[in-house]
Amino acid sequence: MEPVKQEELQKLIDSFAGKDVYIHLETTNGAYAAHFQEGFFNAGAFIRNIVVNYELGKVAGESPHRVGLKLPSGWIYAQGITHYELDEYGRLLMAGLGPDGKLAVALQISETPFTY
Amino acid sequence: MEQERHVLVIFPHPDDEAFGVSGTIATYLEMGVPVTYACLTLGEMGRNLGNPPFATRETLPGIRKKELQASADAMGLTDLRMMGLRDKTVEFEDDEKMVKMIQGLIDDTNPSLVITFYPGLSVHPDHEATARAVIETIRRMDAGDRPKVYTIAFDNDTVNQIGHPDVHHDVSGVNEKKLGAMNAHASQTVWMMEAMQKRLDEQDPDALKWLNTEHFYTYTF
Repeated sequence: MEPVKQEELQKLIDSFAGKDVYIHLETTNGAYAAHFQEGFFNAGAFIRNIVVNYELGKVAGESPHRVGLKLPSGWIYAQGITHYELDEYGRLLMAGLGPDGKLAVALQISETPFTY
Repeated sequence: MEQERHVLVIFPHPDDEAFGVSGTIATYLEMGVPVTYACLTLGEMGRNLGNPPFATRETLPGIRKKELQASADAMGLTDLRMMGLRDKTVEFEDDEKMVKMIQGLIDDTNPSLVITFYPGLSVHPDHEATARAVIETIRRMDAGDRPKVYTIAFDNDTVNQIGHPDVHHDVSGVNEKKLGAMNAHASQTVWMMEAMQKRLDEQDPDALKWLNTEHFYTYTF
């Protein structure tokens, strides 16, 4: 993965619009957040291999970016995206990595299912 | 350390075995005691991807699988079983399915000792779910057939709740193997190990204590 180049990422997101695609979306503080910092309110969410068909996708803001997908009757968005790559399987992998290299958020789009 | 018939180690993540049990595993193997390590997931949800990144969310499981194998090699462990669950989902699996999986491992290896986490005091939801399943499975066995159970507890409230560990293993004879297991999990441990190596080089007493001894709580039913 490399730091987001906004125009290139926008083109990649455009290339999946109007197709049935598999989505991976997660956000996390890590399972140990409350162990290391007592009282920390630990929240996260994870979905994998949900099929959607978005009509419009957009990269917004300065890095870390926000990426939003407009669905016929809903929305998906991720905040904090810093890195991306189109991998060898043609999947668009976007990630928000903290300065420590820890994944804080991921949004991934693929025409084939992600592995279990 | 006591001679055992067979030792079965059950943890959910690649690297769970490395920090506090790898010396024990390596020592049993040197004593000629067969050891099985059943690792329930491949740590697919590990957060450390590096900056700049060395992995993606999708390539991480392959990396961690190789690291797990390398850790087993470093300990001299040949019976490594990858059980195919997914990281951070263990607590959502069907409880009876979990018990069946653990029972299968026990039936297969006939252990005199099982090593796992202590339920309620092992912090990560996967650790807790693994510990619950192991304890429940062994609880259902006839008292006379039950293996001994050694557990790891590291919740901040552990000493307050259950005091200090009662089992202490001198693993100073397998230093290199223990460090090898830790270093094998580079994607998770490389920064920690740089700091640890420095402390070991300086003969820091706490670091030496960590390297040379491992501690467990005997679980009583």
